[in-house]
Amino acid sequence: MKERIPTAASEAQLEQLRKEAELNGRVDRPGIRPSGSPFPQATAENGYYGLPLLKPPVWTWEVPLYFFVGGAGGAAAVIGFTARIAGASPKLVRDARWVAAAAANLSTPLLIADLGRPKRFLNMLRIFKPQSPMSVGAWIVAAFGGASTATLIAPPVLADITAAGSAALGLGMATYTGVLIGATAIPVWSRHAHLLPAHFGASALASAASTLELMGNDQRALNRLAMGAAAFETYMGFNIERHREDLASEPLRHGHSGRLIRIGGTLSGPLPLALRLIGGRSKRVRRVAAFASLAGSLITRFAWVAAGKASAKDPRVPLSLRGDGSRSGEPVRQREEKSDPARQQ
Amino acid sequence: MAITGFLTDSTLCIGCKACEVACKEWNEVPSDGFVFTALSYDNTAALGHSTWRHVKFVEREPHAGHGGNSPSHVTWEFSSDVCKHCENAGCLEACPTGSIVRTEFGGVYVQPDVCNGCGYCVVTCPFGVVDRRPDDGRAFKCTFCYDRQKFGEQPACAKACPTSSILFGDLEQLQQLADQRIAKLHGEGMTDAKLYDARDTSVGGTHAMFVIRGDERAYNLPPNPEVPTVHLRKAWTSAAVAAGVIALTTLAAFAMERRS
Ligand code: SF4
Repeated sequence: MKERIPTAASEAQLEQLRKEAELNGRVDRPGIRPSGSPFPQATAENGYYGLPLLKPPVWTWEVPLYFFVGGAGGAAAVIGFTARIAGASPKLVRDARWVAAAAANLSTPLLIADLGRPKRFLNMLRIFKPQSPMSVGAWIVAAFGGASTATLIAPPVLADITAAGSAALGLGMATYTGVLIGATAIPVWSRHAHLLPAHFGASALASAASTLELMGNDQRALNRLAMGAAAFETYMGFNIERHREDLASEPLRHGHSGRLIRIGGTLSGPLPLALRLIGGRSKRVRRVAAFASLAGSLITRFAWVAAGKASAKDPRVPLSLRGDGSRSGEPVRQREEKSDPARQQ
Repeated sequence: MAITGFLTDSTLCIGCKACEVACKEWNEVPSDGFVFTALSYDNTAALGHSTWRHVKFVEREPHAGHGGNSPSHVTWEFSSDVCKHCENAGCLEACPTGSIVRTEFGGVYVQPDVCNGCGYCVVTCPFGVVDRRPDDGRAFKCTFCYDRQKFGEQPACAKACPTSSILFGDLEQLQQLADQRIAKLHGEGMTDAKLYDARDTSVGGTHAMFVIRGDERAYNLPPNPEVPTVHLRKAWTSAAVAAGVIALTTLAAFAMERRS
């Protein structure tokens, strides 16, 4: 844990350990798993006795809750800015800016609380690493927090400028979390790396529009936005159900995480879509749809984190799949074969 | 200083776990609790925040052993696992604080005084190596005995290994040695011996290499490990497209509102 300096004593101790191991350390019993026993063996199919190959995410509830809050806040900033330049009602602009700032100021403590060493959270801002979505994200959150808070308290002319910045950063807030989990070694996440940012973005847009509706804003624009997002979420749900043969996507359909994905998907996709299509003119129906979207978005974020945990525990995917997703029984390179000229063409 | 590496040869390993003990002692790694796996004699199970060397016991159908283990019994495959110290290391790329660095010896090192425990390296290691220690809050893994290497000493595990199953030295020399070793084993009839170094994958090779027998998957070594940065392009593209669509639809929605 601390860096140490090798000394004569420390080296003598290692030397003694080596001698002892040489004398007494040999394992010369047969194993405890006779062939034909019902226990998992260490084989190509089972991996190492079926034990997990990857480490599950250590993230607790703060992170998926942050995905939800931060995404909604980001999309709210976009709505607020657009409403302002389109000359929509001042109440909507004010509400949207308020939601953005509140979400931003809730996001930071959530992220800090999840750190193993919360006091060191500023270490995130020591450097900027474009190849690390976590680093990019930390900067987006910090800048978004500043811009959205400034928009709330600055004088009107200045607020319009910071609102533009807040909206641009809000687009990042709504989508980057999909990149964050997509670009990982967790199979169920990386398999959907090309969809997750859009999925989370749509989810964020739906929850921002829904929150504003529930705050008493009845613009049809909000209804249309929420409808568009729900349509995309419906597509996402179909997409998940369609790839039945895909091993990496199993946690999206089975077990605890599979249940959550389906509940979250129904609440944010087909249900609000149908409600808004059929009863979009009724305020009450729109409120119900808004509630469904919000709950769906929240559950969806928890579902994806749960799916990641389940995915890491299943060694079958990292053991059987090639990078391109096709199955591979092919062993790693054997150097002899490679240097064989007959195999070179 | 030269770039260093590990070559761990499972055909020489006798399963004594001296490397595990030496690692724990030198690095003062806390106990991770005694767990009885009931799967084999190996009760360490996996690498983790408090296990930086792990000897795997892969049981085989009985056949005469050629390895360091007793020829009269079931042929064991013992393989001492360790952080691979990847050429393209997922953990290093992902670390947002710059805590994870590449040392002058080519190893991948987590600086404990910088790590803030964000946990992102945990999900970006394709080998399931690095983990966050719950009571401490920071991420831990094999340091390649960076402190010892600075004093010209070999890592504790290599020093304690009684059979030279764990070789430590100049990476390029070890790579040549590995090729010779494989050729020799093949010559002795162990045609299933091979080198695992992930060189033909996006990981781009590892500084800790393994001579193993049989299928690498029985050792929980992934046949095609991927450094997660390969997913960045498609993920950011999706984010950019989504951001554009969100901006435009919002604009369109409010423009329609104005007209109606
Ligand atoms: S094996 Fe994992 S922890 Fe070790 S260098 Fe590679 S990515 Fe990092």
